[in-house]
Amino acid sequence: MERLVNTTDHGQPEWHLDNDGSGHVIVLSGEWIAQDGRIPPFPADALRQVEKGQDITFRTEALGRWDTALISFLWDLKQQATGAGLTLRTDTLPDSARKLLDLLPEQAAPPPPPPHRGFAPVTAVGAYTLDSLTEIGTVTELGAETARGALAAATGRGRMRMTDLMSNVRDAGPSALLIVSIVNFLIGAILAFVGAVQLRKFAADIYVASLVGIAMVREMSAVMTAIIMAGRTGGAYAARIATMQGNEEIDALTVFGIPVSSYLILPSILSLILTMPFLYLYGCLIGMLGGFCVAIGMLTVTGAGYFHQTVNAIALNQFEFGFVKSIFFAALIGLTSCRIGLRAGRSAADVGVAATRAVVVGIVGVIALDAIFAVIANTLGI
Amino acid sequence: MAPDMPPGDDGRETLMSLQGITLAFGSKIIQQNVSFDVRRGSIFAVMGGSGCGKSTILKSMIGLLRPRQGRYLVGGDDYWQGDDAHRVTVSRRFGVLFQSAALWSSLTVGENVALPMQMFTRLDAGTIRRLVELKLGLVDMLHAIDQYPSELSGGMKKRAGLARAMALDPDILFFDEPSAGLDPITSARLDDLIVNLRDGLGATIVIVSHELPSLFAIADDGIFLDAQTKTPIAHGAPSWLRDHCDDPQVRAFMHRERPETLSGRTD
Repeated sequence: MERLVNTTDHGQPEWHLDNDGSGHVIVLSGEWIAQDGRIPPFPADALRQVEKGQDITFRTEALGRWDTALISFLWDLKQQATGAGLTLRTDTLPDSARKLLDLLPEQAAPPPPPPHRGFAPVTAVGAYTLDSLTEIGTVTELGAETARGALAAATGRGRMRMTDLMSNVRDAGPSALLIVSIVNFLIGAILAFVGAVQLRKFAADIYVASLVGIAMVREMSAVMTAIIMAGRTGGAYAARIATMQGNEEIDALTVFGIPVSSYLILPSILSLILTMPFLYLYGCLIGMLGGFCVAIGMLTVTGAGYFHQTVNAIALNQFEFGFVKSIFFAALIGLTSCRIGLRAGRSAADVGVAATRAVVVGIVGVIALDAIFAVIANTLGI
Repeated sequence: MAPDMPPGDDGRETLMSLQGITLAFGSKIIQQNVSFDVRRGSIFAVMGGSGCGKSTILKSMIGLLRPRQGRYLVGGDDYWQGDDAHRVTVSRRFGVLFQSAALWSSLTVGENVALPMQMFTRLDAGTIRRLVELKLGLVDMLHAIDQYPSELSGGMKKRAGLARAMALDPDILFFDEPSAGLDPITSARLDDLIVNLRDGLGATIVIVSHELPSLFAIADDGIFLDAQTKTPIAHGAPSWLRDHCDDPQVRAFMHRERPETLSGRTD
């Protein structure tokens, strides 16, 4: 946006205030280009010598190329002139500069007040507590609503679409098999390594099978699979719903009266609930396979012996315990990640925050819930 | 130039020139053999019905879509010839107002305008602040300098996007549907603003739109794209085309007629 007014001069942008007898004149000269970064400021006391009520005209014969830098200078000048009660004869400016100057408001924006950040621990704790309680209430409500939706779907009156459920199941289940295999195989192998070093001292090599089997079935497979799903699927749910929030898609659902709980959340949670227990069982087998490989390689154990010991060590109710835990983990991950997506803000950064938070809350939640299960199991003697 | 240019062409120099441009997504041809010149200081309208490829032409002109064929000259430079660095240099002359304004949602309005200056100039923070205030002042958005895009109305977003497009004082401005979704008064104000900016800053403006009142009011040159033949069918200022063009398609568009012989939607 450069305008050639006078090509003979290519100097620094300069100005000075003159009094040529007939009145006050501001003489502008040189090139006023913003990106050269040489815009002279208009000092606050420059107009002091001009008496109130007088005119200021401009002389622009020596003005070279200019862009918004000149307008910025003129705006400063205009504000001060208005403050000092002077009249700017803008008709003596180049036509185009006058037009732009006319678009600008009389006053620049006042600086925003500094944000109030007092140290108020009691208020902070109170607000945090209230927020947390409200959040627990909201999540519970959302869970109840989703459960009602599930009930309605089960009796054939629901609003959930089967295609949504199937595509969610595909995403959560089969496509997670590879990463579930790798992690559980390695966990099984690591447990076998750790156990082997100790058990060999007592010539109790064969008990590596029991160790790996029980650990995988009771704890590791369920927890590891849940952590993988929290990172993989939970994060994806939160990001998807947060993006929908930003695009007003959630608003569109609400206006149509399509309940978000049964259209969006139910298929998400249900797909996790349907796939996670089976991923858990699969993880158990793969974990034991990992342990088996290490045991065969490191210890004096036969394949048949390892198999026999594993079958003896694990009672069926251990599987039931892990299976039930997986279902709870799935519900927890699904519900929290959907809720975090729904409460996200509407900007791109908010989507990132929601995805991260869903993963963190999912992982911490799964481990905390597992601890609760451990206490219950201990009390009941399972 | 096409033979159906309005009479009395003012002979301003050619700033941008599209020569036999063909645009396609995969095997789907959007527009073929598009040729036109944009003269310095003009407000050039790219017109046509919905889905005829207006926005795609714009996308290609701002460097987001490489044409299948043809040459695109900006100030005599072949835009698509040479490496990425060359294109970045040429693109520094461009300012773009996107259809949805495309403000960066994690930055305030002021920061949105300041970011290109911080990235591409060595100006100090005080000068940048002054220039940001100036540009927001020009579009009457100074009061919203510390607000986030999510807190703005549609018209305010457009104006903030316009201030951002002007951040680096580009000499070519591209507007994609600037008045779409705005009320007639806000839209008319935006038109005035565009003309003022062209007159004040000497910028050349390319505008994609099918808002007829706005096109008649501000555009002084243009091209009409046809979705069926996938090629331009008329050149000239929108108001001149309205009064002088005999093509039934163009007439229907310009006079908001409901064409009987045409199957495509034209408005």
